[in-house]
Amino acid sequence: MPSMQPIAAPLPFTVKSKLSVDRVSMVFERDGKRTEVLNNINLEVGDGEFVCLLGPSGCGKTTLLNAMAGFLSPTSGEITVDGEPVRKPDPRRVFVFQERGVFPWLTVEGNIGFGLSKLTKAEREQRIAHYVKMVGLQGFERTYPQELSGGMKQRLEVARALAVNPDMLLLDEPFGALDSITRLVMRGELLRIWEAERKTIIFVTHDIDEAVQLADRVVVMSARPASIRQIVNIDIAHPRDISAPRYLELRDGIFQQIGLAHKV
Amino acid sequence: MNALSQPAKWERFFWPVVATGLLLALWYYSVRWTGTKVFPSPREVEKGLAELLRHHVLWKDIIDSLRRVAVGFGLAVLVGIPLGLTLGWYPAANQVVNPTMQILRPISPIAWIPVAIIFFGVGDNAAIFLIFLGAFFPIVVACINGVANVPSVYRRAGRNFGLTPPQLLGRVLFPAALPQILVGLRIALGIAWLVVVAAEMIAVDSGLGFLVIDSRNSGKRYDLVVAAILLIGAIGLILDVAFRRLETLRSVRWGFRHES
Repeated sequence: MPSMQPIAAPLPFTVKSKLSVDRVSMVFERDGKRTEVLNNINLEVGDGEFVCLLGPSGCGKTTLLNAMAGFLSPTSGEITVDGEPVRKPDPRRVFVFQERGVFPWLTVEGNIGFGLSKLTKAEREQRIAHYVKMVGLQGFERTYPQELSGGMKQRLEVARALAVNPDMLLLDEPFGALDSITRLVMRGELLRIWEAERKTIIFVTHDIDEAVQLADRVVVMSARPASIRQIVNIDIAHPRDISAPRYLELRDGIFQQIGLAHKV
Repeated sequence: MNALSQPAKWERFFWPVVATGLLLALWYYSVRWTGTKVFPSPREVEKGLAELLRHHVLWKDIIDSLRRVAVGFGLAVLVGIPLGLTLGWYPAANQVVNPTMQILRPISPIAWIPVAIIFFGVGDNAAIFLIFLGAFFPIVVACINGVANVPSVYRRAGRNFGLTPPQLLGRVLFPAALPQILVGLRIALGIAWLVVVAAEMIAVDSGLGFLVIDSRNSGKRYDLVVAAILLIGAIGLILDVAFRRLETLRSVRWGFRHES
């Protein structure tokens, strides 16, 4: 397929590099058993870019995301953000879990304001109000997560992450637990927020359609030990027509790449 | 009444009242039919209770018992929660302390009575020490387990927002463990109420436990014994119901199952 690019497609010259993954490998040892999870991953992500890590379940893409966030350190190789090596978690790059990550003991306001304790009260309130509005949770400021729907909890978690004004969002299958309609709505919301805030987004998913709908580039990963099979540029402007020939062509290319027959 | 349907409001009060009435009747007729001279009938117990109230000793006994529980339980909370949180936070420290604690934990506080008397003499402090012992271990264990069971996503989210370890303990681990800690506190309060009665029978000369044993010793007043016993039950129930109200606080309600 001519549109597919070789492994490790270079960034366009105009984009500044934000995140760089350099020859990263990861080996876990448990009960004397060695499990190789990541195998020589090389990746450059540009500032403000939306990149999807796509691969089969259990392939190690979440491990890679955890290493980018600083929760895990690679066995070998290095991850740098703005040229600085990643050693520990940092509010400049916020990890978004599936909806389970919101704090059930805090209200919507309390969750969004969680990372803002260094601000003055007035600044904090203003910031909270801004993000409550951005994710459409007006009227639920004093509500506890237990009383919110799955989609609302997910939006709350994204708002909590955005409120600390990070450069980068790391999303781990954020819509995986939602029903398919809510998931579609949430994708639109995420794109709207991304276009407004222009954060760098790394988005882990095992859903091919989701990846092709959202990303500037899709990083297709192999089964474990994960390596990068291919990086696919999605050269379609947003909003994307998901029945357009170019969309289908890119999607089918990835289907083939992953080795799935296109019939059920 | 369908087993699956919610009982009607009147039924929720009616049947328990019927059951209590039947038990009282059983008690009353048992006393009558056996012709016992020692064990009192419900009517005599009621008179005994009225007599205690008239002589104003009852309030003092109730207040003394509650005061001892408040101090002993309060000390157990003050020492037990920080200790339990710390041990939950540092599993290495927990491994060092755990064997000792597991040996001390199953010992009934009653067994400590002679030791308490050596340490504190006969008096309030001995009773308070025993209550403290009884309440301390359930609180510590609840805190350790509570912290250990906090889902790792919460810890990681906290670290991601740049919290220092003390902030993480205060702002994430403690509130996340709070529902489980409250369960431990409730168990501890129940034990404290059990222990105060036993301790007062031996170590002091006031309180509801003393009232029970004193009523028996000074003239075999079993009407007063049973009155005091029922009162102990009623106050224990009130304490438990009052404590359970904490579970409905908004910031911990997520950790409990409540019929909505």
